[in-house]
Amino acid sequence: MLRYALKRLASLFVSLAIASLVIFAVIEVAPGDPASFMLGINAQEDTLAALRAELGLDQSKVQRYLAWVGGMVQGDFGTSYQYRTPVAQMIGDRLWVSLPLALYALALSTVIAFPAGIFAASRRGRAGDIGVMGATQIGVAIPNFWFAMMLVLVFAINLRWFSAGGFAGWDEGAFAAMKSLTLPAIALALPQAAILARVMRSALLDVLGEDFIRTARAKGLTRGQALRRHGLRNAMIPVLTILGLQFSFLLAGGIIIEQVFYLPGLGRLVFQSISARDLIVVESVTMLLVFAVIVVNFAVDLAYAAVDPRLRART
Amino acid sequence: MNRSLILGGSLSLLMVVAALVSFFWTPFDHAAMNIPAKLQPPNAVHWFGTDHFGRDMFSMIMVGARTSIAVAFVAVGIGIGLGVPLGLWAAARQGGWVDEIIMRCNDLIFAFPSLVIAILITAIFGAGAVNAIIAIGIFNIPVFARVTRGAALPIWSREFIMAARVAGKGRARISVEHILPNVANLLIVQATIQFSLAILAEAALSYVGLGAQPPTPSWGRMLADAQTLVSIAPHMALVPGFAIIITVLGLNLLGDGLRDALDPRLRVSGI
Repeated sequence: MLRYALKRLASLFVSLAIASLVIFAVIEVAPGDPASFMLGINAQEDTLAALRAELGLDQSKVQRYLAWVGGMVQGDFGTSYQYRTPVAQMIGDRLWVSLPLALYALALSTVIAFPAGIFAASRRGRAGDIGVMGATQIGVAIPNFWFAMMLVLVFAINLRWFSAGGFAGWDEGAFAAMKSLTLPAIALALPQAAILARVMRSALLDVLGEDFIRTARAKGLTRGQALRRHGLRNAMIPVLTILGLQFSFLLAGGIIIEQVFYLPGLGRLVFQSISARDLIVVESVTMLLVFAVIVVNFAVDLAYAAVDPRLRART
Repeated sequence: MNRSLILGGSLSLLMVVAALVSFFWTPFDHAAMNIPAKLQPPNAVHWFGTDHFGRDMFSMIMVGARTSIAVAFVAVGIGIGLGVPLGLWAAARQGGWVDEIIMRCNDLIFAFPSLVIAILITAIFGAGAVNAIIAIGIFNIPVFARVTRGAALPIWSREFIMAARVAGKGRARISVEHILPNVANLLIVQATIQFSLAILAEAALSYVGLGAQPPTPSWGRMLADAQTLVSIAPHMALVPGFAIIITVLGLNLLGDGLRDALDPRLRVSGI
């Protein structure tokens, strides 16, 4: 197990190193000079040069890459060109919106998908199964930002149960903050729940065909008991993978939903920074999201290997 | 014939026909503004109503189908064009360094949050349909590489491949002549799924203003226009939304149906 973990850890670092190079390279070729963007078109050449020196833009590409990566390792993400505040602080503030939103959506998705998937699997081929599977087909096809607009139309504009956008802030109390994240979380969760329910159902159906389920039934357990005691646990492996993938998707996918609801999260930060050519912010947020995805996948892989020793031998 | 195949095929065909017909006929000029007739709900003249400039939504949906289908088609084409040869190559050299490098690069692309990178690409290289295609296409490459490799590996150990090798055929020729036809079914199914994902991705990029630019109509842009007007003209959001859902649903059903039709074993297990 230790050898497997070390091997995976090594490939984690390689992935992170390559990812950081790619992101740096993409940002490097971006047209537009942040210094002239900040000072406007009438800026004097020597003022521009001074600002470039201050921002470190006059250094070589290699120096800047090393400074960027070295800083991030120590928690220093640089200073925003636009706001002149530390990027780490800006990201930290926005994470308080994006992270709870992703977790909220993940929780909703699980709460909807697990019972739906189990229900469908236990009624395989019957009306209940066909109904749930039909609903998931539609759920997968709905663009989440469109669903978000529909939620606003019904629950914010017509029924007035929620506000149509904005974030109350955690200072207003947890209830108010969670309330303003509820519609965005539902919009994010729905398509994910549909995928998760389908995975849950097919994983359960695979397991239900196994010999140990037949043995459990032969011992006198009802179908439901066999499913709960032996089926669920064994079906969890594919479900866990999808859950891991979904979390990173929800964190990144929140970008569009944050636009719909005007939430001050990482997504809006990225969009604002792109239009203001505040590249250091774009770079760091992208890297942070990639980091989150890679680390979550790493954790899921380790969790598997702990649950299923066969996987350790295979890789 | 199964029901998924018929229903999915018809829905997909409906959109393709709408896109093709729009080249020579739409009820109105999709770009013609008619302010006095703005924000009309669906009626006998404007079947899907009009938008805030009085443009006919039915015509816009037809022309928008063109944009969605074209973007998705090329993006999936990029995925197949690059991903399938890479997958075949990796399978032909299973366990070797080529295989290792191709699969590691794939893992890496998978690790990138696709939407964030697509936004980054379009934001930096300029918003527009072509950059949207590239941004969506890049993430299709590892999908096809992985599916191709996975399907090709077991075929390499089959006897007819052995026979081809004994006959003196090289790995490249065997890949093209014997492996590819045997994995084609799977690739067709995967292509339908990726096509529907590409349509959703294009809509999302256009919605945030990074996809096709005006005056080219696109469903995502129509939704962006509708956002501030949804309370007074809900049809502006409902119509493009339904267009996207029907197309994606149709493609997904088509993919399911094709999978069942092309692989009889799955019909028995009923998954």
